[in-house]
Amino acid sequence: MVELAMGIMLGLCGLGAGIALIAGIGPGIGEGQAVAAACEAIGRQPESKSAVTSTMIMGCAIAETTGLYGLIIGIMLIFVAPGIFSGVLRDTVLALK
Amino acid sequence: MTDGKAVSVKDTRFRTVDALLIALMVLPLAACLVLKILFTPEYEGVHISGALIYLQIDSFPVQPLLITESQVNSAGITLSILGLCLYLTHGLTVKAQTRRQLIAEWIVEKCRGLVDSNMGESWSGYAPFVAAIMGLSAFSSLSCLIGLFAPTGDVNVTAGWAVLVFFLVTWTKLRGGFLNYLRGFTEPVVFFTPMNFISEFSLPVSMAFRHYGNVMCGAVISALVGSALTGLSRMLLGWIPVIGELPLLTVGIPAVLSLYFDVFSGLMQAFIFAMLTMLNISNSFPAEAWEKRQKKKELRKMQKATVNG
Repeated sequence: MVELAMGIMLGLCGLGAGIALIAGIGPGIGEGQAVAAACEAIGRQPESKSAVTSTMIMGCAIAETTGLYGLIIGIMLIFVAPGIFSGVLRDTVLALK
Repeated sequence: MTDGKAVSVKDTRFRTVDALLIALMVLPLAACLVLKILFTPEYEGVHISGALIYLQIDSFPVQPLLITESQVNSAGITLSILGLCLYLTHGLTVKAQTRRQLIAEWIVEKCRGLVDSNMGESWSGYAPFVAAIMGLSAFSSLSCLIGLFAPTGDVNVTAGWAVLVFFLVTWTKLRGGFLNYLRGFTEPVVFFTPMNFISEFSLPVSMAFRHYGNVMCGAVISALVGSALTGLSRMLLGWIPVIGELPLLTVGIPAVLSLYFDVFSGLMQAFIFAMLTMLNISNSFPAEAWEKRQKKKELRKMQKATVNG
């Protein structure tokens, strides 16, 4: 029974990590649009290349944040959460006995 | 004769101080490395963990106080940067004669220019703070190149910086008067107060997590790729008698990842952290309310002067 509970817990942690990484879609689209706009701007005004590039990298790095939140949650669900949850499970089992 | 002797004595003293400063630069990092080597437990295969815990003090009021790798490394890097700054500014002359003085002047000028162009001339007093935060962040992220645990990969370190920035932002807002600060929460209508509270306190959280997430995710991805390459080389080259036992594929390939995740991403995040610090502080300044207060103060002074006169 404990093994079953453990298996379900681990599986759900992995599933949750996978779902959390859906957050990567948004920044991907957003950064793609940002780079496309930057390319357009450079094409229109080639002399402003350095300013546009630095602003774009800055904006991309900020837009990346939302994806990173998902990545942090995913990594925590895989590396941190199983330890905590298995501790909780063990405590419950001990309390039941 | 005496002149020559005096110069040589001065010279040796100068050299000794230089050597001491270089030692101050190198020794803290070496001490951090030695501590890490002493405390790292043995393991095999994939090993991903947070900062090692060096010391645990149990008799602490709320929860046991942990002295972790990230705190020790952070202090070591701070000392190292102090040594670097003292070394660069050692023996300054009015006209730059040495290379290190040129470097120091270049750094100071760049930081002043950055702060002036982003915050405005009246804020140039913030240049040392911004430069300090940027340098500390950049060196912390780069410290994983010599095998240390990057302190910025620990959320507590970046959260500490973010809280510092939050205090500065709040202090700047308070310069327009306490009532004005409170009124800022009810804009545009009273209904929005909870939203304003959330947006106020999301600033340190988002700053801390952005920096920490980038560095930590880079470290985790590098570790995963390294272990995957070890397995791959064991699978592909395992049949060769002697060479098969060495993880040959892990030579070189992780360095490319490290170049992106550790060097580029680390420096980028340092720059972004400093940029957000500057923008948040300068945008939070209530210029109109501050001017009104200054005018009121001047009026009061004038009235007092006339009454006294």
